[in-house]
Formats: sequence, C-alpha cells, structure tokens
Amino acid sequence: MAKTVLQISWRRRIIDHFMTGVAVLTVVLVLLPLGAIFAYLIYKGAGSINWAFLTQTPKPVGEPGGGMANAIVGSMVILAIASLMGVPLGIGAGIYLSEYGRNRYGDVVRFVSDVLNGVPSIVIGIVAYGLVVLRQGHFSALAGGVALAIMMVPTIARTTEQMLLLVPQAIREAAYGLGIPRWRTTLSITLRTATSGVITGVMLAFARVAGETAPLLFTAFGNQYWNWKSDQPTAALSLQIFSYAISPFDEWHRQAWAGALVLIILIVAAVAAVRFAVKHGTLAGA
Amino acid sequence: MSHQAVPRPRFDAPESDPGPASKATLKMDSRAIPLLQGKVSEIPDALFGWTMRLCGLAVVSLLVLIVYELIARSQLSWHAFGWSFFARSDWNPVEEQFGALPFIYGTVVSSILSLVIAVPLAVGVAVFITEMCPVTLRGMLSFTTELLAAIPSVIYGLWAIFILVPLLRTYVQPFLAKTLGWTGLFTGPPYGIGMLAAGVILAIMIIPIISSITREVLTVVPQHQREGVLALGATRWEMIRMGVLRNARAGIVGAVILGLGRALGETMAVTMVIGNRPEIAKSLFAPGYTMASVLANEFSEATSNMYLSALIEIGLALFLVTIIVNALARLMVWSVTRGLPARNIA
Repeated sequence: MAKTVLQISWRRRIIDHFMTGVAVLTVVLVLLPLGAIFAYLIYKGAGSINWAFLTQTPKPVGEPGGGMANAIVGSMVILAIASLMGVPLGIGAGIYLSEYGRNRYGDVVRFVSDVLNGVPSIVIGIVAYGLVVLRQGHFSALAGGVALAIMMVPTIARTTEQMLLLVPQAIREAAYGLGIPRWRTTLSITLRTATSGVITGVMLAFARVAGETAPLLFTAFGNQYWNWKSDQPTAALSLQIFSYAISPFDEWHRQAWAGALVLIILIVAAVAAVRFAVKHGTLAGA
Repeated sequence: MSHQAVPRPRFDAPESDPGPASKATLKMDSRAIPLLQGKVSEIPDALFGWTMRLCGLAVVSLLVLIVYELIARSQLSWHAFGWSFFARSDWNPVEEQFGALPFIYGTVVSSILSLVIAVPLAVGVAVFITEMCPVTLRGMLSFTTELLAAIPSVIYGLWAIFILVPLLRTYVQPFLAKTLGWTGLFTGPPYGIGMLAAGVILAIMIIPIISSITREVLTVVPQHQREGVLALGATRWEMIRMGVLRNARAGIVGAVILGLGRALGETMAVTMVIGNRPEIAKSLFAPGYTMASVLANEFSEATSNMYLSALIEIGLALFLVTIIVNALARLMVWSVTRGLPARNIA
C-alpha cells in the first residue's frame, strides 16, 4: 500500500528528466552568444590593435592605417565631465534618501530615480540636445557629458542609499553620543564605513554609461580630428565604432572590432583600478 | 537618612542635602548643553541637511526637466498633426508629412519577438541556477549571465552585423522559410538584416535582466513551500512548477515587463541590424524601423523645425510608454519581493 503511494510513475519521471534537460539546454543557449561575442571580440580585435591604432587619428576612406587615439581621449574627456557632475549629485541624493528621506518625500525621490533608470538613453540624448546643444549653438563634449551624467545619477543614488542603510544605526548613535554633529557623522562615519559599497555603485554606473552611444549621437556628435575644447564636437570610442561598423569598408570594419576591444578593456581597467585603489591605495581602510 | 529611603542614580550622589544638590546638578547640565551644541555647530548641520535635500530635489527636477523639454519641443508637430500623428504611416521629410505608425509597429513587433525568444530562455536559466544547479556552479553562472548585461549595446550591434546576420541569412532564414513559410511570417528574400535579426539581438540583450530578476524572485519563495510539495511525493520538476513558479508568478511577469521596457528603448544594436526602412510588412524577414532607431539615424540630420519637432514627439511617445511599462513592472516585482504573503497553493 505505502509503496504504491511513494512510487513515481515512469511518465512523471521522464517529464522530470526532460525538464532538467530543457533547463540545461537554455543555459547552453544563453552562454553560447556570450562566448561567441567575446571570442570574436578578441579574435577580430586583437589582430587589429597596433601602435598606430592607439596613437593616430582616423585616415580618410581608402587610405590604410590610422587609428582612434582622438576617440579614446574624447571618450575619457566626456566620461570625466559626466562623472564630475553625476557622481557628487548621485551620492548626495543617496545620502538624502538614507539619512533624511525615510518619509513620503523620500519615497517620491526613490520612485523618480527608478523611473529615470528606465528612460531610454536616446531620449536622454534629446534632452541634453535641447538643454545644451541648442543653447550653445553647436555639438560639444559638455553636452555629451551632461547626457551621461543624467544617466549616472539614479543608479548612484539608489546604490548609495542601499549601502548607507547597511551601516548599523548604533554606529551613528555612538557618534552622536560623542557630541559629533550630524553632518560630520554622516560624512566621516556613515559614508566612510560604506565607502567600498558606494564606490562599487559608482563604478557600476560608470561602466554602464562608458559604452553608451545613443545619447552621444547628437550631443558629442563625433570628430575625425583632435579636439581639446569642451565646447566643440568631440570624438568618442562608441560613436566611432558605430560609424565604422555601418560603413561599407573592410578596413573600417577591422578598426571597429579593434575599437570595441579597446572599449571593453578600458571599462574593465577603469573598474579594476578604482577597486584596487579602494583596497590598497589612498582610500584603504575606509 | 532620606537618601536611603529613595534610591538615586549615581550622578546624583554627592554627600550634601538631596534637594538643593539635585537642582544644582540639573542647572549645571542645562548650562552645559549650549556649550556643546551652540548656534555655531547648528549652522553647518542645517546647511549639510539642506544641501542633501537639494540633491534629492535635483533628481526629481531632472525628471520634470526631461518631461518639459520633450513636451515643449514637440509642440509644433503636435499642433500640426494631433493624435493622427500616431496613426499615419507616411514619413516624408521633404513635404513635411509625418506619421509615426511604422516606427511604433517596428518597436512593438521587434520587442514582442524578442520576448518570445528571451522569456523561455531567461526563466529556464533562472530556474536552473536557483533550483537545479550545484552550489559551486551557481555563483559562476549568475556572474556570467550578468556579464552579458555589461557589454555595450554598440558591441552587440557590431557582433550582430558581422556574425549573427550572415548566420541568419545562410542557415536560419532558408530553414524557417521552408518549414514555416505558410504562416506568412517568414516569406520574402532572406537578407539577414531585418525584423528577425533585431528580435534575436534584442533577446540576447534582455535575457540577463529578465533572468537576474526572476532569480531574485525565485529565491524569496519560502523554502517550506518547496519542502511541502516534495513531501507530498512530487518530482523535482513538479515541485518547481507547483511550489516555486506558481508562487513567483507575479514577480516573473514583472521581470518580463522590465525586459520589455529595456527592449522598447534599446537603440544602437537594433539600428544596426533592422534595416531602417519605414514600412509595415507582415514578414519578419522584411526590414523595419523602430522609434529609437529613427531618432538615432535622423535626429542630427533633421533640417526643418517641423522635422525636428516630429522626431521629438516620437521621443516623447517612447518616453511615456517606457515609463508606464517600467512602473508597472516595478510594482509587480515589489509585490513579490516585499514579503507579501505567498499565494495559496494546493
């Protein structure tokens, strides 16, 4: 009697095995493109990266050689502008949410940052175009920086909030008990305790916008030459990859792959460098 | 002695008379407070507090600014075409006749196509990671799937142009045309580039977000639900189906809608492979156009004010649709992960 109850019919057992197989298959199908993307990136990109690619500006169609040096520097300039504006604002908003915003107003800010997080990047580009490009009268690195900064703020704000909330309330109270004012407690005790988490959030936002192309199309616009002014059209790595990829020239396709590999390496290097600084450098002990 | 009858705290213990002594201590304390927290230290505190509040306010004003910019700059087109802007299918910058229907169609079809491909895969991966996979493999697998989310969109596009599109053109499309051609969805010349390619690359791009949120939702399903179903004699798959997936239904739908929100606004990869032709065709082999990619391609070339205004109106529509979709998704995910009581199951 008891045995028949516990017995699992062959049909149910087959279905069980079949579904396990299906789940394994989905994992394989998802990992396949990931592997393919990285394999091609390295295979096609590594062969095209050379000294000229890293030090020269683009050559006109038909001439071989040339590189993306101006785009690499341009990307860095735009990202620096974006970080200068977006990071302080994002961390400030995060501090507000965790230390002052445990109320209805905070909920509004929280909801709005989640909404902002979902706004398509191309729409942010339109807004930066209206705010900066139309007022200045021309495309610029500044406009690109503004667009990327707008995209960084909500991510940084929400992760900063979460990291600050992890700091135990008792630590804040201990600081108050010593007579340390609230602002000093927040900056030197709470924020400092959560530094590594906050920086992880910042790097997450940074990595997310570093490869963005859509918001730069009509803000930074791109440039075939060197440009050192923040109010002039500026080349960016992602823009250059895009325009080379959709061009009909093999030489440019080759460079697009090289650019893509350089972009990935730069993003990973930036994230790794900051993580290293947090662990061993001037920020250590935080 | 009176201080034996009434127990006193230690700070009140000096050997003088209890009455005046306690008053003196109190007085001293109240004088001591202004020394520690005088007006001098209140100002920086208030300043800091209000600066942080200002940062919070800035986030809200960013959204207001976005809405204002989009509405203000699309007025021209709105007044010229009204609601018919979204129902007309002619797109003629020379004669300044603008209708957004082909772009809306392209956005909707490519997004739905990507969901059809991505949802089973993403849910399968999430189920495998949370329920089936050995613990040692778990961290690595979830890290790898999330790595997919870190790749910039333009690199997906690059890969799609040179690897995916030729693959579709030579193998997948002829096969689909032969086996499913009768449905009318897979007819016409196999260019490779077109709606199908856009759907596939979008699917690859939204799998990480759907799968990571599904995983989050599955892990909050209480362990005793699984144990209960297993104790009734269920196989592992039956446990997953009845004990886990049923409980997490709302959250999974939320994850899928979040993926939809991402797919709707995705620009670069789609622009690179969809073909960029404002036409409405039944076949998925045909080239199309999406709202995001028309902005990417034509915005910086828009010469007249009306042209620009029409493009910004498309941007406004895209913005409204994605924030509605995202808000809906967030609510559904929250309803599960915020520890609401699990639904009753058999």
